[in-house]
Amino acid sequence: MSAIFPKWTNRLPLMILIGGGLTASAVTAGVWYYFTPKYTRVGYQPLQPVSFSHATHVDQLGMDCRYCHSAVEESWFSNIPAASTCMNCHNQVLKDDPRLALVRESAATGKPIPWVQVHKVPDYVYFNHAVHVNRGISCVECHGQIDKMEEVYHAKPLSMSFCLDCHRDPASKIRPLDKITDLNWQWSDDPRVAVQTQQAKGREMVEHWRVESLQNCSACHR
Amino acid sequence: MMRYFFLLFGVAVLLVVLIAGRRGDTSRRPPFEIFPDMDRQLKLRPQAAHGFFADGLSSRLPPPGTIARAEPFNVGGRAVYPFEDAPVNTGRETGTTNFVALNPLPVTARLLARGQQRYAIYCAPCHGATGEGNGITKKINAMAVVTSLHDKRVVELPDGDLFNTITLGKNLMGAYGPQIPVEDRWAIVAYVRALQLSHLGSVDDLSPEMRAKLK
Repeated sequence: MSAIFPKWTNRLPLMILIGGGLTASAVTAGVWYYFTPKYTRVGYQPLQPVSFSHATHVDQLGMDCRYCHSAVEESWFSNIPAASTCMNCHNQVLKDDPRLALVRESAATGKPIPWVQVHKVPDYVYFNHAVHVNRGISCVECHGQIDKMEEVYHAKPLSMSFCLDCHRDPASKIRPLDKITDLNWQWSDDPRVAVQTQQAKGREMVEHWRVESLQNCSACHR
Repeated sequence: MMRYFFLLFGVAVLLVVLIAGRRGDTSRRPPFEIFPDMDRQLKLRPQAAHGFFADGLSSRLPPPGTIARAEPFNVGGRAVYPFEDAPVNTGRETGTTNFVALNPLPVTARLLARGQQRYAIYCAPCHGATGEGNGITKKINAMAVVTSLHDKRVVELPDGDLFNTITLGKNLMGAYGPQIPVEDRWAIVAYVRALQLSHLGSVDDLSPEMRAKLK
């Protein structure tokens, strides 16, 4: 009697096992790598209507974040400045530059500049800028080195686990209040000393300011 | 047979990596929301576009004549509301256009410290850290004239006039009223006075111990 199945089918179970295993691992790896804000959000760099450079204004000229984002210490959101704030200097600096045409128009007519929001948590997340800034969490912790960016991009994932990393251990991120907008500030140039001081001083500040390690759902979700 | 599978597998992986790229690659495309349940809701968000109003703005201007709900200031034991015609709000004597000579808020170490911090944020870019009018905008030659706060003319101005200048601006200087709350403006006035005093003082003003330290 001739064989109904050719001989190679003897190896079929093994082939299915290897093929299926490989495919499953590849899909798992893909989901792990791509289905996370570390991939979906980080690196988002929209084209802005005005090519405003934070690097020029903050790093080169040494302006404080709060010159423009003036209500960040009182408000839950960090305000985009009115065009009149730009005009405080740009009524003289680059007075007729075409790149600033939209700003001049906005200041004159009140028509808003259509800036594109880069950092956008879901609408059911109630992040409050004021409480973080007033309790020693620097801009840099969530926004990265904005002062070095020619064009702003999304530097940190801002995922829930990103928030919780710090909420579980605020002492590792908290810093003196006068260093909030000093994005390059460190306890020490020596990274080892910096980490040690951060732990010691951080715990002190958390205790002194009664910073709570909020991890209940309603801390952020309402 | 297995050979084809490996080939196909390799091509598929390569395609995904080529199209999707790596974590952290910059992109102009808005973030992809994998489970978008209620991520974006119809509610108004500050300073965002929204179709509810005809002009598309979510942040509304209050109708003319609106008085903002606010906490009163405590000025020397009296509660003063932000809408009152009081020196602390206008920098002028009540009912007149005369500037008040002195800061209506009690000048404390706390007010001065606040003033120093706010001065550094809003004033120092042009007037310089010491008030000589040599801030960064002057150093890069971006501004023709920046007033030195140590000019005799400025030193002799009443406090209310300084407050008024911060609030509404003067000549080429823009209005800082929208950026700086009333209390902070008075804090800055107090700090500017301290800066001026530091330039007008002499060694004789120091206590003997401090003078000894200088040497």
